[in-house]
Order: sequence, then C-alpha cells, then structure tokens
Amino acid sequence: MSGNLGRIARDGLWDNNVVFSQMLALCPTMAVTTSGTNGLGMGLATTAVLVVSNALVALIRRSVSSQVRIPVFVVLIATLVTLVDMSLNAWLHDLHKVLGLFIALIVVNCAILGRAEAFASKSGVLASTVDGIAMGLGFTGALTCIGLIREFLGAGTLFAQASQLLGPSFAFLEMRLPGYDGALLMILPPGGFAVLGFLLAARRAAEARRRAPAGGTLPQTA
Amino acid sequence: MSPPNGGGMGRTPEGAVPAEGPGVPAGAVLPSPHAHGGASVSRTMGLVMAALAPATLFGFWMFGWPAVHLFMMTLAACVLAEYGCQRLMGRRSSLGDGSAVLTGWLLALSLPPWAPGWIGVLGGAIAIVVGKQVFGGLGQNPFNPAMVARVVLLVSFPVAMTQWVVPVPMGSPGAPDFVHGLQITLAAPPLPDAIASASLLGHAKTELSRGADLAQVLGAAATPPHDWTGLRPGSLGETGALLLLAGGLFLVFAGVIGWHLPAAVLLGLAVPALVGHALAPARFLPADLHLVSGATVLGAFFIATDYVTSPNTTAGQWLFGLGIGVLTWIIRSFGGYPEGMAFAVLLMNALVPAIDRWLRPRILGRDRAGRPLALPGD
Repeated sequence: MSGNLGRIARDGLWDNNVVFSQMLALCPTMAVTTSGTNGLGMGLATTAVLVVSNALVALIRRSVSSQVRIPVFVVLIATLVTLVDMSLNAWLHDLHKVLGLFIALIVVNCAILGRAEAFASKSGVLASTVDGIAMGLGFTGALTCIGLIREFLGAGTLFAQASQLLGPSFAFLEMRLPGYDGALLMILPPGGFAVLGFLLAARRAAEARRRAPAGGTLPQTA
Repeated sequence: MSPPNGGGMGRTPEGAVPAEGPGVPAGAVLPSPHAHGGASVSRTMGLVMAALAPATLFGFWMFGWPAVHLFMMTLAACVLAEYGCQRLMGRRSSLGDGSAVLTGWLLALSLPPWAPGWIGVLGGAIAIVVGKQVFGGLGQNPFNPAMVARVVLLVSFPVAMTQWVVPVPMGSPGAPDFVHGLQITLAAPPLPDAIASASLLGHAKTELSRGADLAQVLGAAATPPHDWTGLRPGSLGETGALLLLAGGLFLVFAGVIGWHLPAAVLLGLAVPALVGHALAPARFLPADLHLVSGATVLGAFFIATDYVTSPNTTAGQWLFGLGIGVLTWIIRSFGGYPEGMAFAVLLMNALVPAIDRWLRPRILGRDRAGRPLALPGD
C-alpha cells in the first residue's frame, strides 16, 4: 500500500465507504440513525476512535507479533472507546443519553477492527491516520445522510436538537416542516432498513450508469 | 390475491405459446404444449376483480363519493407506480396483466372509506414499489403488496387510518355529492362528529381497555351496529362481508382458488374465538362477530389466497391459513391494534418459504424422506 493519500481519502469517503460499500457497522447504522443529529454524533465519536486507533496500531505494528495482534488491537480500541464514552458523558451529556449504549459498542464496531487489521497494521502512521479520517468521515456522512432522511420523513424535522450536540451557535441547522407530523414507521427499524436499501440501490444504479457506455448494456455488479 | 407464479396445485402455468407473434414464421411448429387452457394472469386477475365488484359497489353506495374517489386514486397510484418502476428499470411493462390494478383494489378496500386521498396514493406507491417491484415484480414478492402498504400506513399514520364513518348511502339526505366528495378526499377536512365513528373491533378494544364488560358493551346503544347486512362503519372491504363471501365462493367454484386456505383461515379464527368467548364472555368477542368484522372474509378469500405469497401444497395451505386465523384472533384479543388480519398475513407470508420446504409433496416412487420405496417382491 503505497501512500497515495488522495486515493486513500477517496476510498474512505466514497469508493470503499464503510456503510455503502463495505456494508460494515450496520448495527449502529440502524440503531442510531433516527435523526440527523444522532447520526452525526455517533459518526464523529466513531471517527475519533478510528483515527486514534489507526494511528496507534500503525505505530506499534512492528512490535506486535501476528499471533497476539487481535487481542492487542481490541484492548487498544476498548481503551479509546472508554475515553470517548467518558468524555461524551462529561461534556455532551444529552447526546450521551441518546447514544448511551451504542458508544460503548463502538468497541465491537467491525469497521474499526477491520481498518486496524486490513489497513493500519500494514501501513505507515500518516497513511493510517488519513485512512482513519477518511473512513470515519465517510461513515459519519453515511450515518448523517440516513439519519436526515429518516428524520425528515419520520418526524418532519432536520437536525432537531443539533444545538445540544454542537453548541447553541448551530441552532440554525434545526429545521421543521410545518404541518407535517411524519410517518412514524421511518423512525422505527423498518424505516432504517428501507432507507439504507434504497440508498444502496441508488448508489449501485448510479455506478452502473457511470461505468456503462452510453446505450450499452448495464454491467452485472456482483 | 395477486398473480400466479406458475407452479402450484390446480394452477395452469403460462406455458403454451401461441404460434404467432413477432419473429415466428407462419406455420412454425413451437415446442409443446400445443393446447392452451385459456388461463392467463390477466384472466385470473379479471375473475378476482369480478368477484370483488359486488362488495365494492355496495361499499360505494354505502359510503358515497369520497369512497369512490379514494378507490380511484389508489388504483391510479398503483398503476402509475408500476409503470414508473418498470420504466426506470428498463423492463417490459406488465400493466396489461392487471396485477397492479388488483393490488390497488385490495388496498383501497382495506382503507377507511373517507380517508384522505394522499393516504391512498402513498399506499398504492408503497404497495407497488416496496411491496412488489423491489423484489423483482410479479411473482417475486415474499409479502402481499396490499397488506405491506396497509401496515405501513397504519403504523405511520394511525389517526388517519382509524377514522371510520357511519354509512351515509348515496342519495340519502346528508350524503356528499360528487364535488363535496372530492373535497373530502382531497382536502381531508375534520370529520363531523355525527359521522365519525368507531369500527366494532376498535370500539370493543377501547371499552376493554377501560375495563368494561364486553357482554354489556355489545348490548349498549353506543356500540356500532354489527351484523351481516353491512350497514355499519368499517372499511369498504369489511362491511359487505356477505357479498365478499359470495365473491369468494364464486372464486372457489370457478377454480381460481382452492377451498382449503379460506376454510383454514376461518377455522383458525373461529375456533379460538368460540373457546375464548365460552370461557370468558366479558373478555372475548363472540366468534360470529370475529367472522363478520374487520378483514376476515376479505382476508380469507382474497388476500391469504394470493398465489405468490401462499404455500404450494394443500398441507402447507392448511398450516398457513390456520396460522393466519389464530394470529388474527391473538392480535385482536391481546394486541395493541384492534384488527390484526394484515399483520397476521404478513407474519405467515414470512413463513411460506419454510412451510414450502418442510411440507414438500412426496416424490413419486420415494417415501417422505426421499428414500426409494421398496419394490414389491424385493
């Protein structure tokens, strides 16, 4: 993996997006994306863990033998998650109340261990950090996107309670569609699956269209 | 019920190809079968619609123009969604087979007759897009599209989906005319108190949650009427239960559906209802009210019997039907919603692949486990 940083960034943000392409970390994706704010908060918390864990794993990759690497990675990630959990509880208590359980579950977020295993343990510190940022932001983007769609369809709002997460100066993000109470189903789990399914279908259709020459047949994407 | 997917008992597969059409030279001999029974998807759909027509017309007469408008908008939404999906996916249009119209028809029958028009339009789009085309269209959907849409609407818009009205037959004083009906369907003004009502199942559920004795509730004057004549609040496909029953029996005798599945659904609902009512009449509705209320008849004859989403074998159909009936009774008696037919159908739909796997017909010459039978004299 030569350090083509632009390529790494592109991979994380879109081409190899954690949710839309690797289809990893679907549990937090389904569970917390009931609103854009929750998705954003969860995404940023995961990104923080991912960046630091990627950097640390890359740093120690030569001194950890491959037989014990998984336990070492897990301890490392668990430590970071505990730090994030406590920090959120201390400084963003309201968000912590919403995300509560899922913050602790970042430790088993397969995307994080997956990046440690697939990328950071084989790459340099800089490349791993960039990969962590790109993957994390890609994940954040996906979660925020799903959260916004579900929130808009399900409750008629956008970024409700964003000021609690980002501070009062971000209250302008909060929007409300007047006269629309929302379709409750979109907030419930089926709404999450439906939104993710349609977004995946749209992504695949867009990619197929991009790859196919005009007028040609659509390629079969596996 | 929706379109046949080919296989199955007593179903004529769409196999025989007429020796004509583009690319076929005149007089060409095509592979067998050469005789065609005349069965086709569109013919089946047409028969089902014919069976539904009397009850639907009765519903139109009873609930007036708003019901007609809602019905038409739901059908139009289904047809448009089907066309749009197939256009988008670059597939050949299957509008001609009538399955989209039938889906919309069944969905419209399950809606409150004076529901706002957008409910019907949204429901029609959901039924076709999420319930059917997402899975690959006709014959591929694991769940009944109309019931998917109904459940989505019910969970999402509980208020609009439970606004029942007392019948104001066309021509009677106070019945909305064409234009007024259009206003009701499009603008959805708040219903006048004189017209808003509860369906029987909803009324019973409310009274039960207040701790009332059902036996007294049923005798009270405030209780919505409940009889087989159908002059009572409910959805289009609920009130005309007798006409629906007649339509269903017509389908059975026309060979479109088997009798096992409807019988199993009705039995599965009636037996627990009989036992429950006998043991605790204050807590459980009597069996006849269960049979005449809600989507019982519509569900048993027209929805559960969907070729695509029901098991293939007779044994499987019994199991499937009994499951729907029992689940409906359980949901009605213990669940949070007054009516459970749609949920029961969807739950059992999910089991159909397992049922079909488990209750496979015995292969000729082999026992149930697939071992060859012993030959006589061996």
